[in-house]
Amino acid sequence: MKALDDRPTVVCNGMIGREAFTAEDRPQNFYMIGSMGLGLSIGIGVALTQPHKKVLCLDGDGNVLMGAGVLASAGAMGLKNLHHVVLDNESHGSTGGQRTIADKVHLEKIAKASGYAWAERVAPEDLEAALPAFLEREGPAMLLVKVEKGNVKGIGRVTHTPIEITARFAKACQA
Amino acid sequence: MPHTTEFLEALEANGYEFYSGVPCSLLKGVIRRFDEEPKWGYVSAVREDSALGMAAGAYMSGKKPVVFMQNSGLGVSMNAIVSLDVIYEIPTLIVVSWRGKDGQDAPEHLIMGEIMTDYFDGITLGEMKGLPWRILNPDTIAEDVAAITKEIDERKVPGALIVAKGILDASS
Repeated sequence: MKALDDRPTVVCNGMIGREAFTAEDRPQNFYMIGSMGLGLSIGIGVALTQPHKKVLCLDGDGNVLMGAGVLASAGAMGLKNLHHVVLDNESHGSTGGQRTIADKVHLEKIAKASGYAWAERVAPEDLEAALPAFLEREGPAMLLVKVEKGNVKGIGRVTHTPIEITARFAKACQA
Repeated sequence: MPHTTEFLEALEANGYEFYSGVPCSLLKGVIRRFDEEPKWGYVSAVREDSALGMAAGAYMSGKKPVVFMQNSGLGVSMNAIVSLDVIYEIPTLIVVSWRGKDGQDAPEHLIMGEIMTDYFDGITLGEMKGLPWRILNPDTIAEDVAAITKEIDERKVPGALIVAKGILDASS
């Protein structure tokens, strides 16, 4: 989270949101607690409305697959300020680790074919080094990280109410 | 004034600045205007719930959103409406066509046409008994847009303007 400066960040539902909240809560984070598959759509709405702000979507493979058509929206719009990080563990982490189909489907290739300016995958050990340069790229850009399955034991839940999340995220987006 | 022109002017007058959706033949006049007039910045969405997601992002970024869809899109949109718009308090105007009205339409439109208003009435949570909706009356377009806007803004919920055939089909 430290690399993210003050950019608005839409964090998808499930374990990714809970881990992001636990790692470092920030007012620029929109924790999407329901509406699976819609994180990228929300991020596009922010990126369109605040074209001078860089916007990040922190997503998972289950979410991207569910809203896969929206990759085409992001690509077709050519949003230069939109960055998309996908943590791909090939599974639905918050419902018991059931497999997705991301072992067979290369999401970064779909992104590229959909018009993303840049889309690549990196190994988890290379993420920290790759992230700063990625976040300065011209978007829409996707960085997909293949990560290990499994959840951190005892991870917290997002303690802010949805209404509180809306208020502080809106303030951050409009700052 | 021609209905579509009056309707678009009413949306502007009520502060709407973000336009997205998926078309319906009953709304084709409006969508044609969006295509012809770049000033609206209309975003052609791939699915109705994606349009609602983009609208939510736009709302939190400072623009008041309106989403256009056929009523078949309400099926796709239920989760976005209840677990995004309602719980995060994101007022969004949904302009939804009324296919299947009075049981007169192709088979795929009959059920949604029949349950159209029950759909919104059925979204309840504690004190909240249903979401606001109005049927657009071609004789009171400006008043209808203002009234539904006031209600969704005050209650901070999504709400619907229901559009039957013959009102917004033409682009003037």
